[in-house]
Amino acid sequence: MSTMAVPDVAVAQVDEGFWTRTRKIGAVLLALGVLAAVLFGALATDQQARFTLSETEGGAALEIHGTVGAILFGVIAAAAGAALMAGVPKRWFTVLLGVGLVAFVLSFLCWQVSAAPEGRNFMPLVNIVRGTFILALPLIFGALAGVLCERSGVVNVAIEGQLLMGAFSGALFGSLSGSVWVGLVAAAIGGAFISLLLAVFAIRYLVDQVVMGIVLNLLAVGITGFLYERLMQTNAEKYNSAPRFSNWEIPLLRDIPVLGPALFRSNIFLYLGLLLVLVIHIALFRTRWGLRTRAVGEHPTAADTLGVKVLGLRYRNVLLAGVVAGIGGASYTLALYSFTKNMIGGKGFIALAALIFGRWSPTGALLAALFFGFADQLGTYLGAIGSSIPSQFLAMLPYLATMLAVAGLVGKVRAPAADGKPYIKG
Amino acid sequence: MNNPNPVSGSSDRDPVSGSPDRDPVSGSPDKDPATEAARVAAGGANRAAAVTAPKRPEPEARPSLGRLFLDNLWAANTVTVTVLAVLLAMFVGAVLIIVSDPDVLATYGYITARPLDALNASWTVVSEAYANLFKGAIFDPEASGFTAVLSPISETLTYTAPLVFTGLSVALAFRGGLFNIGAQGQATIGVILAALAGFLLPLPPVLHLIVALLAGAVGGALWGFIPGILKARAGAHEVINTIMLNYVAVYFLSWIIIQSGVQNPDRADAISKPVDSSAQFPRLLGGDLRVHAGILLAVLATWFVAWLLNRSTFGFELRAVGANPDAARTAGISVAKTYVLMMAIAGLLAGLGGSQMVLGSTANALTPLVVAQIGFDGILVALLGRVKPWGVLLAALLFGALQAGGNRMQSYSGISLELVTVLQALIVIFIAAPALVKAIFQLRAARAARLQTSLAKGW
Amino acid sequence: MNVLYGLYQPDEGEILVDGKPLKLRGPSDAIAAGIGMVHQHFMLVPVFTVAENVMLGAEQVKGGIAGILDRRRARREVAEVSERYNLRVDPDAVIEDLPVGIQQRVEIVKALTRDVDLLILDEPTAVLTPQETEELLTVMRSLKAAGKSIVFITHKLGEVKAIADRITVIRRGKTVGTASPTASRDELAAKMVGRSVRLTVEKPPATPGRPILEVAGLVVDDDRQIRAVDGVDLTVRAGEVLGVAGVQGNGQTELIEAIMGLRPVLAGTVTLDGQPVHGWSTKKVLRAGVGYVPEDRSVDGLVKEFSVAENLVLDIYDRPPFGKGLSLKPDAIAKSAQERIEQFDVRTPSADAAVGTLSGGNQQKVIVARELSRPLKLFIAAQPTRGVDVGSIEFIHSRVIRERDEGTAVMVVSSELDEVINLADRIAVMYRGRVIGIVGPDTPREEIGLLMAGITPDAATEAAAPAADAATPAPEGPGSEDEA
Repeated sequence: MSTMAVPDVAVAQVDEGFWTRTRKIGAVLLALGVLAAVLFGALATDQQARFTLSETEGGAALEIHGTVGAILFGVIAAAAGAALMAGVPKRWFTVLLGVGLVAFVLSFLCWQVSAAPEGRNFMPLVNIVRGTFILALPLIFGALAGVLCERSGVVNVAIEGQLLMGAFSGALFGSLSGSVWVGLVAAAIGGAFISLLLAVFAIRYLVDQVVMGIVLNLLAVGITGFLYERLMQTNAEKYNSAPRFSNWEIPLLRDIPVLGPALFRSNIFLYLGLLLVLVIHIALFRTRWGLRTRAVGEHPTAADTLGVKVLGLRYRNVLLAGVVAGIGGASYTLALYSFTKNMIGGKGFIALAALIFGRWSPTGALLAALFFGFADQLGTYLGAIGSSIPSQFLAMLPYLATMLAVAGLVGKVRAPAADGKPYIKG
Repeated sequence: MNNPNPVSGSSDRDPVSGSPDRDPVSGSPDKDPATEAARVAAGGANRAAAVTAPKRPEPEARPSLGRLFLDNLWAANTVTVTVLAVLLAMFVGAVLIIVSDPDVLATYGYITARPLDALNASWTVVSEAYANLFKGAIFDPEASGFTAVLSPISETLTYTAPLVFTGLSVALAFRGGLFNIGAQGQATIGVILAALAGFLLPLPPVLHLIVALLAGAVGGALWGFIPGILKARAGAHEVINTIMLNYVAVYFLSWIIIQSGVQNPDRADAISKPVDSSAQFPRLLGGDLRVHAGILLAVLATWFVAWLLNRSTFGFELRAVGANPDAARTAGISVAKTYVLMMAIAGLLAGLGGSQMVLGSTANALTPLVVAQIGFDGILVALLGRVKPWGVLLAALLFGALQAGGNRMQSYSGISLELVTVLQALIVIFIAAPALVKAIFQLRAARAARLQTSLAKGW
Repeated sequence: MNVLYGLYQPDEGEILVDGKPLKLRGPSDAIAAGIGMVHQHFMLVPVFTVAENVMLGAEQVKGGIAGILDRRRARREVAEVSERYNLRVDPDAVIEDLPVGIQQRVEIVKALTRDVDLLILDEPTAVLTPQETEELLTVMRSLKAAGKSIVFITHKLGEVKAIADRITVIRRGKTVGTASPTASRDELAAKMVGRSVRLTVEKPPATPGRPILEVAGLVVDDDRQIRAVDGVDLTVRAGEVLGVAGVQGNGQTELIEAIMGLRPVLAGTVTLDGQPVHGWSTKKVLRAGVGYVPEDRSVDGLVKEFSVAENLVLDIYDRPPFGKGLSLKPDAIAKSAQERIEQFDVRTPSADAAVGTLSGGNQQKVIVARELSRPLKLFIAAQPTRGVDVGSIEFIHSRVIRERDEGTAVMVVSSELDEVINLADRIAVMYRGRVIGIVGPDTPREEIGLLMAGITPDAATEAAAPAADAATPAPEGPGSEDEA
């Protein structure tokens, strides 16, 4: 175990031989690229694949011949893979991997869009981007809630319940008061309520945190479903007609092509979500609170010996997580829909996946959430153009990607060392 | 007992950085010398005697036999805690019923003027609801006739059967140190394969049922095998993988239902063809009562899991790996093999549970929600049953009864079935934290730590 | 000491600092009172840098309530302190990449930046090489010169005598006396132990037979993929005890784990009674007639939740008469447990008691009983008496010798030199993953001690030669390899 690590001890890395991780990934990418060029190229049609920079068919567009596009992007992906295999400097790894994956997706899209029936062979990028962000939004909030909890050493499987409770209490109190702001505060409190239970049972009563999370999800489903049927279904006017935040347009930014209409004419939740990613990222890595949070999540005993209040910090972070997730839940009921039973529908668990896929970091979680949101949006789009690809399989993508990640096939994911371990003093 | 050898003594203490391995009950065989030293440095009195004693002396006089019985009953034994947890949950449920009833709530508007109104109204609505829960689950005194009298029990057992399987699935893995949150997904794959076998294969009765069950078992086992092998080979955390596989299974189900050859040709919505009657469990009490042979299979499965855990060599390996994988490995037990086999068996059980959802009497065709929540409920059942096979059976009975009673409560009292979910979750929360139940009911503090059912671990 | 640092609350008594009573509610109170502590298990966050670890809990911040960390200042502080006391610590290094000795210095820096007047060092030398220990003593001297008080907790008498100004002996939570550093070793040892320890084991001379275990050119990595065993050659013969001595962490653990099939063998061979066994599963190695007492009984040796009876069959549960086919035979297990408990004098309320409720010595006897109750060719015992009471030590030692006399090859790995000297017929000293020398048990302690520190009699030539094959042991002493 603990070797006498005298400075000059020979450090023997695992002998991976030729097949380093980079090369393996390169090989996979190469295979994918070849597959795309051959298969997608063969299946693509002579139609143009149009990517319009608007919400509709009209307007400016990027166009490419279907077959040519599918083959071209496939070849680019294969080339990126080949470059990785050939051995490139480390700093190029991420770039090449990114280029390769994007090219693969583009090749796929060229096939799909060109093979769509006449008149539907276009892809409105504004819609896609906006949809991606809208679908990713609850995941972003949820994953941030996960970051706050798990970085301080408390596993948060209760994200689903926190989102649901937030959505419900946002809808209920928003309706009763007629004010979006009251609804927003209520949503935050609702999420924090689930968090409070998690904190008390996990920290005070040392109940296994995963168990507690699962049970709390069921509790949230039960309570909200019960009250929904008793109150909201019988008197929707009074209990389930919350006002909604209107869209705020941000001057200047709203005029950026594609991104402007897609992102900067949205409601408060999108801005809040992106802002929170930034704030939590800075807070976690640059502030006293962040240093202590990470210390408590990695080695609580060490933090304790230096006078950091481990349990207090955990309580605070878990509650904060509930607030964040609760607001995320309100992004449904105070902006988009009325409350319905079990309306989160597993998004909390995709958020958990995004947290893990994003390696417990706020920015990583954001990227993972966007990726998952894109997969989701793509499924909807492909369904609309009558694609032969079943949307169900696209919907599986986030889960399969996460499984690959935790199996160590896509880089190493390492949870905070003390994540899930209750801290018992002495 | 203590460590008079100063040379080797202090190197044996628990690593502070790891999970502290301190059993408060058993005294301290290897007392940390530094702590002792500090006591002296702090001018502490001589406590060496207390330290050397193997167990802390109970400062109680010898009680009478009756007193002892009461004490033991009250000293937070599992039965008492369970009963109290159920009562507490029902109390919280009652509060929910009251606050969600506008008429009753209105009486609270003038509670200072006429407090009895509010109490009466509350009592009426709550007692009626719970009376219906009881009548639907166990016995309806007003019922007459064979069918009507047995109907509640029949319903309870119908709902119990699949929960036994998923509960056993979770409990088995738990004993082996893995948390199988994937019973839901395993049950889903199980129900798909069982249904496919049920309407695609033209087989004679009995054989058809057996084949369909086997198909379901294989499906579940496969879905359990995946996280097992990922855990064994790549160290991937089973909690994450089983959660992910739950959703993969759900999407697979929603895809396969609408494939031609599977989807019911007479229907436009997502529903499969019905399972042949030759592949269905025989009903035990005649056609009017839904209880079917699945419950017998459930009892058999409980017996099997009990044997497997306590009387088989594999069970020995499983429990050893669950309690201390390092020691198991050192003793020559293959931890990886145990994980894989254990998860496959857990999946198999959940797959059998799922199969009952189309081969039993609750439904005969696949729909997106065909497995309901049996996998997640199985987690609660396993915890409530203290991850012991026969405990799981009893817990599943309780949950089955709540489910059956909840149906009647919904149709007679208009109380949403969701209340049952709330009650189930609350019961388990209270069970999981016996310290809380005891704090509420002022139970004796003894044996507090022993009751901790769950094992704590991270990702 | 944990009370003194505010981690535990005292049940009785009080703490005086500078003559004033002090109530410590937590470590921060202790720090405020000028008390710092270096724990035996380092309190460092492995993924943090040195500077982050040092500032944790006493962060310098800017930016008002936002509390932005002032990293530059923290780095400067580390550099300053490190310079002042000649600690040589890089503020930007990540802890998990640092050797243990440096990590310890980070702990000291951590305490010093908090302006402590009293520094508590809890068994600081347990994990250090002699050289690192010497450096630590130098640091302690310079701290003393700078006016700091130091409480140095150790069980190594030599270190106490080398550095202490006053000595307090504590046994079983009580102060049993004070002494001056000039007191003799024997006097101090007697105070520590309470009665004169019978350190020698009665044993007839060994009658070594054919070689049972042969290890050649063995290379093994530790958990962090760092080379831990780097070309070890060893032979253990039937009827002899080979002791393996060395400071902990020089590859002994990995060596025996590799022999037991618990750790992959990267190169070299392990032969048991003429049959190559490397690459075998642990079960197969055990079945081939190897008994194994792992060094950490609570982690690797026992399943604490299991009963004594179950632990007694932990590695033979599936063999007749305990297991038949797929099922266990509880009666056979219980019957055999009763016999073992009597034979090995295991003090337990019953065979059904959970093993975790027994004392350390009795737990260890359960393991020894388990491993010695089947016919063995080879018996490997790692730290067989660590944390075990004197009575049990004597018992276990006598069983080891009895096993030897019955013709089993025995390998005892211990970081307690006395234990090795008492039990072994030959002693192999490991240093940095190699066997640096094989000597007889009557070799002077000092010589073995030097070997443990990596200093061979022909050290001068070795230092000059490149590391490659220098560590091939020079056979010497009566028990060397050449002896038939």
